[in-house]
Amino acid sequence: MNFDLVMSETPKFKVTIDTISVEVPAGTTILNAARMIGGDVAPPTMCYYSKLKDSGGKCRTCLVEVSKGSEKDPRPMPKLVASCRTTVMDGMEVKNITSEKVLDARKGVVEFLLINHPLDCPVCDQAGECDLQNLSYEHGTEATRYEFKRRTFEKEDIGPYISLHMNRCIMCFRCVFTADQLTEKREHGILERGDHAQIGTYLNKALKNDFIGNVIDVCPVGALTDKTFRFKNRVWFTKPVDAHRNCSNPKCCGHVRLWMRGDEVFRVTARKDEWGEVETRPDGTPGWICNECRFEKKQTKDWVIEGPALIPRSSVIAQGHYVGTKKTPVLIDKVIGKEPQYQLNIHDISDVNKPEIELSKIAGPAHSDDFNK
Amino acid sequence: MEKLTNKSVQINRTPLNFMERAYLPALAKGLTITLGHVFKKTTTVSYPEVKRPFSPVFRGLHILNRDENGAERCTACGLCALACPAEAITMEAAERKPGEEHLYREEKYAAKYEINMLRCIFCGYCEEACPKDAVYLTETVMPANYSRDSFIYKKDDLLIPGPNKKESK
Repeated sequence: MNFDLVMSETPKFKVTIDTISVEVPAGTTILNAARMIGGDVAPPTMCYYSKLKDSGGKCRTCLVEVSKGSEKDPRPMPKLVASCRTTVMDGMEVKNITSEKVLDARKGVVEFLLINHPLDCPVCDQAGECDLQNLSYEHGTEATRYEFKRRTFEKEDIGPYISLHMNRCIMCFRCVFTADQLTEKREHGILERGDHAQIGTYLNKALKNDFIGNVIDVCPVGALTDKTFRFKNRVWFTKPVDAHRNCSNPKCCGHVRLWMRGDEVFRVTARKDEWGEVETRPDGTPGWICNECRFEKKQTKDWVIEGPALIPRSSVIAQGHYVGTKKTPVLIDKVIGKEPQYQLNIHDISDVNKPEIELSKIAGPAHSDDFNK
Repeated sequence: MEKLTNKSVQINRTPLNFMERAYLPALAKGLTITLGHVFKKTTTVSYPEVKRPFSPVFRGLHILNRDENGAERCTACGLCALACPAEAITMEAAERKPGEEHLYREEKYAAKYEINMLRCIFCGYCEEACPKDAVYLTETVMPANYSRDSFIYKKDDLLIPGPNKKESK
């Protein structure tokens, strides 16, 4: 028995990941140790979610090579290990992006994840903020070698808030953990097994429990998307704005990100951190938001706007350059004493963004009859 | 003062000689040059009867394509609008209803699609960005017009005619 471990409450282990050393408390996983270093050293994750208990260990995206087990047993681990499920040992040496083996294995994992994933990013609402899209862009190959039919499912309607696209699901189980740990009763789960495994409610039930909307935020792909935002706009054309309101729900933090276009609030999500997870609030709790904040409050007057959200420059969402914009004052009307007359006011002619058709007010996706009123 | 360039030419101020003062010989010389051009090969063509060959990469007026069954290919993914450096393209998407499958290829389609031809610079990035082979730049030169509002090309102007006239509207 190791007495040192018993004596001190949290012994610090020194672990070296990609030649960068960090001291972490015992019991930390390699993944979390790498996240403490940050940057490229942190392995990508598709199923692990630090705010959900028991998540991880399913997708194999976070595989790393342990080239030295520990100070006492310096033998390397025989296979690549899932870093989200492997705890650090003192003196452990881990290779992530410095290991050829890891990069090759990750390429294989991406290929496996994409085997049944449809190539419908142009249709999918998650495109632009999709973890799988980013992962395959950074680690995947250009083409697939898979020659067989992709698995497809009958579309299941799971209520007015969330739309489920089972074809896109990569079986990460995050939404199942979310429903278990956040809502009062889980009403969906994995049905069947193997290739037939699917997320479903079995009885075409509507997912309506409070806090169930968070499954949209945890879903790494476009399998669970916001039905109130469905096809309304592309993510990168909306303006992310941080806002908050006094939510009466004690479990809801009320601090959200609004996705706006003009003064219209198209979508409300929780705030995300650099790992694509729901942000941790200053008091240490995860910033989950309730269904009321997410689906019902679609007006600017419901919210106290804090300012444009900071989006990493690598993201396509940053293409709008909403941060640090300055309006240059127009002086010509002061000089000539009247508003300049436009040769062409685009809003008089254009059919797009008609003020009488407020897409954000339509409950679900827009249809042909919404435009031909 | 030092000269800045070597381009300045000293003007010849010597008085004109007799031949130059006679005027008519110089006139005849000039007219021979003018008349000589009548027998030379013309550099212009009589457009529109005669057209110059287009480069194979010529980029003209846009079209929105249909698939082999006549359904609209565009799924309003917004990549053309994202790629557009002139921000000429705007669109609004809608969900396909049951019974509209023959009209739209995908679950989502562009209910509104507009190209502002006053802004368009014909760079062809939209064609390159399109993942659905929906938008193409043709070999048609964009027609001129008298009013600005006719340059806002809507989906009806851009979409190629469908197999069935009634459906194409």
